[in-house]
Amino acid sequence: MKWRCCHLSAAVDPAMHRDIRLLTQPFIPGALIGPFTNTCEGLGGVCTFVGEVRGGGGVEKLELSHYEPLTMNGLQQLADAAADRFDLMGLLMVHRIGQMHPGEPIVCVSAAAAHRRDSIDAVDFCMDHLKSAAWFWKRELRDGVWHWIEPREADHADLLRWN
Amino acid sequence: MYLGQLADIAGKDESEFTSSSGEIDWPDLVELLRNHVNPEISAAVDDARTLVAVNGKVLSDKTHLDARDGDEVALLPPVSGG
Repeated sequence: MKWRCCHLSAAVDPAMHRDIRLLTQPFIPGALIGPFTNTCEGLGGVCTFVGEVRGGGGVEKLELSHYEPLTMNGLQQLADAAADRFDLMGLLMVHRIGQMHPGEPIVCVSAAAAHRRDSIDAVDFCMDHLKSAAWFWKRELRDGVWHWIEPREADHADLLRWN
Repeated sequence: MYLGQLADIAGKDESEFTSSSGEIDWPDLVELLRNHVNPEISAAVDDARTLVAVNGKVLSDKTHLDARDGDEVALLPPVSGG
């Protein structure tokens, strides 16, 4: 039981700065990183991933819908899992919802840690979970017609890397 | 609430149902959808990959649905990820 106690306290590490947001408007990822890293005094490394709406294939727009009662809780639980698994000083997860054009940022995940491996792996971990387990539904506008995007097997396979 | 492509299949974002008993279980819901929305949405929610949440909590087994007056039932197709 003692081990379980320690495990739980790590899962809700109050020392880790977290910034989790869902945005309905375009954002500039670079503008988020400076203020984020400033809150993590003494960090040794920061790793940032930015995902953008892919162009090509006649894609005019991408629309991301979600279910508010589940989405934010899901993102907070993912941050808990990352804090539990990696030694982090800070975690930023910003995700767009609504309609976007090719080239616009859709997601930004940044992790700050004392050592590089924790920050790099935490970002990889969060992205794999966001791609397959977050409560988002996507559709693309191609040639004036909306097409729903089905779940990809590859995204589920990526999740298994963390088991 | 119909999420993702289920809203297209239903032709709307949400429906409101009332039951004389004040309760709606899973067979009731599947039948209500078939009779009052369309057979396609009824079949889509019965698909094993469609999950169900009541008042923001995902059910581990949707066939145990026990919705009461005022509850919000969300029908969740497989997510396409962020």
